[in-house]
Amino acid sequence: MSSDAIAIQPAEAAGRPWVETLHEWVTTVDHKRLGILYILYALFFLVIGGIEATVIRIQLMRPHNDFVSPQVFNRMFTMHGTTMIFFVAMPVLFGFANYLVPLMIGARDMAFPRLNAFSFWLTAFGGLLLYFSFVGGNGLYGAGNAPDVGWWAYAPLASRAFSPGHSSDYWTIALLASGFGSIGTAINIIATIISMRCPGMKLSRMPLLAWLNLVMSGMVLLAITPLSAAQLMLLVDRYLGGHFFDTQGGGSATLWMHFFWIFGHPEVYVLIIPCFAFASEIIPVFSRKPIFGYPVMVGATVCIAFVSMSVWAHHMFTIGMNSYANSFFTITTMAVGVPTGIKIFNWLGTMWGGKIQFRTPMLFCIGFLFQFLIAGLTGIMLASSPFDWQLGGSYFVVAHFHYVIVGGILFALFGAFYYWYPKITGRMLHEGLGKLHFWLFLIGFHLTFDLMHIPGLLGMPRRIYTYEPGRGWDTLNFLVTIGAFVQGIATLVFVANLIVSYFKGKKAGNDPWDAWTLEWSVSSPPPVYNFASLPRVASRRPLWDLKHPEDPDSRYE
Amino acid sequence: MRIGETMCNADRRTIASRAVGLLILLAGVLLAASLCTASTPVNHQVPSIFDPHSTPAESIRHLSFFVLGITGLIFLVVFSLLSYVVVKFRSRVGGAEREPAQVYGSTQIELAWTVIPILIVAVLFLATARVIHGIQDAPRPAGAVELTAIGHQFWWEFRYPELGIVTANELHIPVSDPGHRTPTFLKLLSADTDHSFWVPQLAGKTDLIPNRVNDMWLDPHETGLFLGQCAQYCGTQHAKMLLRVYVDSPEDFNAWVREQQQPANQDGKEAAGRHIFESTACLNCHAIAGTNGTGRFGPDLTHLMSRRTIAAGAAENTPENLRLWIQNPDAIKPGSLMPAMKLSDAELDALVRYLETLH
Repeated sequence: MSSDAIAIQPAEAAGRPWVETLHEWVTTVDHKRLGILYILYALFFLVIGGIEATVIRIQLMRPHNDFVSPQVFNRMFTMHGTTMIFFVAMPVLFGFANYLVPLMIGARDMAFPRLNAFSFWLTAFGGLLLYFSFVGGNGLYGAGNAPDVGWWAYAPLASRAFSPGHSSDYWTIALLASGFGSIGTAINIIATIISMRCPGMKLSRMPLLAWLNLVMSGMVLLAITPLSAAQLMLLVDRYLGGHFFDTQGGGSATLWMHFFWIFGHPEVYVLIIPCFAFASEIIPVFSRKPIFGYPVMVGATVCIAFVSMSVWAHHMFTIGMNSYANSFFTITTMAVGVPTGIKIFNWLGTMWGGKIQFRTPMLFCIGFLFQFLIAGLTGIMLASSPFDWQLGGSYFVVAHFHYVIVGGILFALFGAFYYWYPKITGRMLHEGLGKLHFWLFLIGFHLTFDLMHIPGLLGMPRRIYTYEPGRGWDTLNFLVTIGAFVQGIATLVFVANLIVSYFKGKKAGNDPWDAWTLEWSVSSPPPVYNFASLPRVASRRPLWDLKHPEDPDSRYE
Repeated sequence: MRIGETMCNADRRTIASRAVGLLILLAGVLLAASLCTASTPVNHQVPSIFDPHSTPAESIRHLSFFVLGITGLIFLVVFSLLSYVVVKFRSRVGGAEREPAQVYGSTQIELAWTVIPILIVAVLFLATARVIHGIQDAPRPAGAVELTAIGHQFWWEFRYPELGIVTANELHIPVSDPGHRTPTFLKLLSADTDHSFWVPQLAGKTDLIPNRVNDMWLDPHETGLFLGQCAQYCGTQHAKMLLRVYVDSPEDFNAWVREQQQPANQDGKEAAGRHIFESTACLNCHAIAGTNGTGRFGPDLTHLMSRRTIAAGAAENTPENLRLWIQNPDAIKPGSLMPAMKLSDAELDALVRYLETLH
């Protein structure tokens, strides 16, 4: 492979009018720019979703608080959930996939650059449409303007009878639009990985990040489709006199639940698998060892993908399914624990015998490992359906899935930010601020989400805007809110680091982490065409081979 | 080549000490949390799932201890491994220039950590399946009490078809003596959106879903008041759709049944208030047996005064609260479906005086 292939100079000329730059960004079909757009868009909505979470936490700080009205509170948790899943987590992961996959498989762009741009703008307008509901979604009296039906929009609460006005329509159409965007991106990632790999990069030599994004994209195709179908059916119900979910006209409320969760559960894995991918790239580099059990890691991911398609009704253990259905979904859900456990052990195996460097990306990955372990174990508790009859719908579940999404996904994402920021911007993130960010966020996270399990065990249901004093929930909720503020401050440190380091950060050079995958062979930021001449690889770690010609990986694989 | 090395060496010791400090802090926080929950007096005010007083809730607690034990063990093993790896294999000053041995995997080890989890899952599943069957497929003994619970936005309707009783929000059931079991079987329906019946100390939750019939059962072993609330988001006032279950001794339960079976007070003392009830929109939604009010959108008021709370547990049943509730429901429960009745002060007083007679 050729590592000195970086002859192309970026065509950026200083002092161009900003309109031209803006025009370039809006019309771009470059996978790197679209990746950055996805990421910036997600960061913007992360702040919005974070503000909504803060409102929720202030309201719940003490019993019978009246910081916001119940109507506003219900809008806040609906928008918080919808925003964080569809307009933060999905776009930011697609952003990283967009940026990294072509670079890591030695391609010059995605397979369909224009579809790529189209998908991004669909997603972007989906988010804007959702938030336009605050201004344009005038409901009838009491209906609110922003959607207030919860991010599951369970039937029949989202039907016209219970959700008059247009707030639910904004929710439906926003998700429909961004869903098509997600499908477009997933097709694009699959096509890119299948057909654009550089010479020598067999499937068995792909970086795990590419493998896991391939699996994730396949799951997006299977998961988003039923969601989109359900949204269309809901629109038919609301405007064309349909009765799919209209219980007063013979429709079925549980039909919606099945549609929603056969999207909703795979969605969790759509979000976590790219984070497994980040961990699988970062942990080896900072342990100075190759990933332990590469074929098993790939197999376990594919296995998770298949099994996770058959677990959706564990979100519905309380709806009165019969004992056979409850048993079936108990065993399938517990079975997911096996390949997931394999992954955790393989990461441990990677670190075992290594020389672990505690740089910020690695710190976040170790936090991810630890918290994902706990999230997995509380998941086993929830999988045990009778236990779920107590825990489901309570604050225990809220704590559990925030453990997955914040403790797992967000921690791995932060790790990815610190790891690839130098490649994307050409400058290192400040290490001291990074560590401050890590420790503050870790403390805030555990204060909030460790304690949040307990009110659930004491009978506190989710989605309540206030609660009665004297049930043992008061002190815990107060501390949870304090923790939320600590996380908020830590996030501000992170955003400050992103901004300050962009202008003042240390120059990164091509390969600041002494890493082994192809993206580190090009300049930082990479040139427009990525590779002046396509690289040729002979193993899973082409840069290792280059740096250790006396002992290349290609000898063993 | 090793750009990260200097930074990394300098930070190594501080990281170890910080990690220890953090762990101590976490332990402290958890301890404080458990203390402040433990210091609350042990009574039914705290609806803890670990303090059950009814057969289904007890068997769930039993299962939960088993699951917690196994998951706790897994946590200890993996957490110790992780800590060991992080401490033991941190990079050291000396051998920093050399890369560690490059190991790509090990079939035996990977096979081991595939098979062991499969065995654990099998055990967990079998234990769970037993409890699922025990709770869901339980037979109905002869002495069982049967009733229907109907979820409304944002209150509970309870109907005892065999006893001819209709009431709201406060459920009365008999205690079940192990020698002579009288469990209560509930048929769960919904009049509008999804709801969920959850009284943690008596049983796990089961949803009330429109156009669908669910069931659940309670088998309480101790008398007293047990608290719960709606556990499935059902709209604006989901939070104040509270649930009170009174478990009565057989004598108390029979007395309550006799009282509820009486017709409403008809002594005519508060005829003015009754006239207001019968001539305004009240009767569209509320029923009082013996009057022309037969509405079912709101709670049955025939024996209103036998209940300790109004507005689905949101306020105590006092004359002041009743008056406020009729005058301006949003003051107690903003977004509830009870409209403000726009009565004059005199009319309000008369109406409340009439309601006060409905024992």
